Amino acid sequence: MVCILLMLLSVFYEKTAGPFKVLANLTVIPMQQGFNKVGSLLIDVSENFGTLEEARKLNKSLQAQIDELIMQNNNLQEEKYELERLRELYKLDQNYAEYEKVGARVISKDPGNWFSSFTIDKGSLNGIRVDMNVIAGSGLVGIVTEVGPTWATVRSIIDDSSNMGGMVLSTSDTCIVRGDLSLINDGKMRFEQMENNDNKVEVGEQIVTSHISDKYLQGILIGYVSEVQVDSNNLTRSGYLTPVVNFKKLQEVLVITKTKAELTGTDVTQEDAGAAEPAGAEAGGDAGGGTDAEGGQPAENGAGEGAPSGNEPANGQPAENGAGESAPSENGAGQGAPGDAAAGPEGTDSGGEGPSGAPPADVPEGE
Amino acid sequence: MKGIKIKRVIVTALAVCVCYMLQCTLFPSLALASVKPNILIILTASYGFMRGPKDGMLVGFFSGLLTDIQFGNILGFYALIYLVAGYVNGLFEQMYYDEDIKLPLALVGATEFIYGLVIYLLMFMLRSEFDFLHYLRHIIIPELIYTIVVTLGLYPLILFINHRLDAEEKRSAGKFV
Repeated sequence: MVCILLMLLSVFYEKTAGPFKVLANLTVIPMQQGFNKVGSLLIDVSENFGTLEEARKLNKSLQAQIDELIMQNNNLQEEKYELERLRELYKLDQNYAEYEKVGARVISKDPGNWFSSFTIDKGSLNGIRVDMNVIAGSGLVGIVTEVGPTWATVRSIIDDSSNMGGMVLSTSDTCIVRGDLSLINDGKMRFEQMENNDNKVEVGEQIVTSHISDKYLQGILIGYVSEVQVDSNNLTRSGYLTPVVNFKKLQEVLVITKTKAELTGTDVTQEDAGAAEPAGAEAGGDAGGGTDAEGGQPAENGAGEGAPSGNEPANGQPAENGAGESAPSENGAGQGAPGDAAAGPEGTDSGGEGPSGAPPADVPEGE
Repeated sequence: MKGIKIKRVIVTALAVCVCYMLQCTLFPSLALASVKPNILIILTASYGFMRGPKDGMLVGFFSGLLTDIQFGNILGFYALIYLVAGYVNGLFEQMYYDEDIKLPLALVGATEFIYGLVIYLLMFMLRSEFDFLHYLRHIIIPELIYTIVVTLGLYPLILFINHRLDAEEKRSAGKFV
């Protein structure tokens, strides 16, 4: 009844709803609003949770991406440095373009502190042979002293037992450059026995490998003169030079796949000598194998010169010396011997094929 | 028993190889003032006084031989030096206790010093390089110090490996008796 009455009243008089509305305004609506707020808060919270979770997921994936990118970046950076190094090597390659070279990596170094030799990852399978010159950066690094199928040991020029013939580039005065353990820390080497003549040698001048060295190819940069003085005997000069190669950070090197013996044709004459004695192609083949450093003989000495030194008494001493530095006499022998007409052209033309020149049939056996 | 023995041989061979490779590859880049420690000496000496002259000699011989094969001029030169080092250290087996680190340090240091002297005598003095004090100051002493520092880290590791092997040996011995 009350309801119907109220309905009728509200239909006919709109104002009857007023008090009720006021009442509702005072009581229900605030509560509703409150509930609404709580509800929306709850929704917000749950939504927050959702977004947080999403953000976390995103974060995780982004982190993974960052890691991946960092890794990629590192790899790229490493490659960039390698590229720079290789580019430098390539530039060097252009500088010494007339020689054929094989690139190699340094894989291990001498375990002691007394000597500085190292191993590279190329060996006889890559055509490396004993006595080949090794260069890097912009100059001479050392010489191959021992060869295995996939490795070769290189004695660096700063090694205490290393000697080589040097030459001042501008004046062509020859000298002997020696590695010295006590100078390694200063990054220097010693040179001595330079003739005390009118030619002025100044600090900063280039010293290259000389034309009379029997193991080192001519004209490879060794270093720059850092100090020079006249010896007390007034006949010779000596001093210090700074090698151009940073031996502490050696990673890649280039091996010149041609030995001085091949270039000058000394091994051809030895081959001739070998063939002459026992008469026959077989003996020649043996000698060829010997110069290939595959035969048993040279291995003992670690030098291509080793085997033939028995034949030529003049060679005996320098070969034993390691670097063979009594160069002039050695050179005299080298030049004198090829006087055989056959040896001359072979030595100059096809130095690389020197050993294979005479007995081609036997070369595979040597290898 | 036999299995344990084989295991010990394998572990020892592995230790020699790993030490040699580290010596040739890692330590050159860790060199201070172009001097690197000699962990082959550490290994040889520790095997000597931990396991006796025979094991010391074997470990020394093979560590030296590896050096000879790759870098030596004459095969057997370093092998002999390391072999003697292993043997002499083996003589101290009686005096040695696990807990004591002073004796190992002293022995490794002494071995390293004598090793330096011998190398100087045979490889440098005989080539008339008489400036002994320079080599002493710039190579032998720095190498000695660096080696002793590395010994502090490496020796406990070798000791631990040895302990593990010893424990296994004892266990398997107990099983069979």
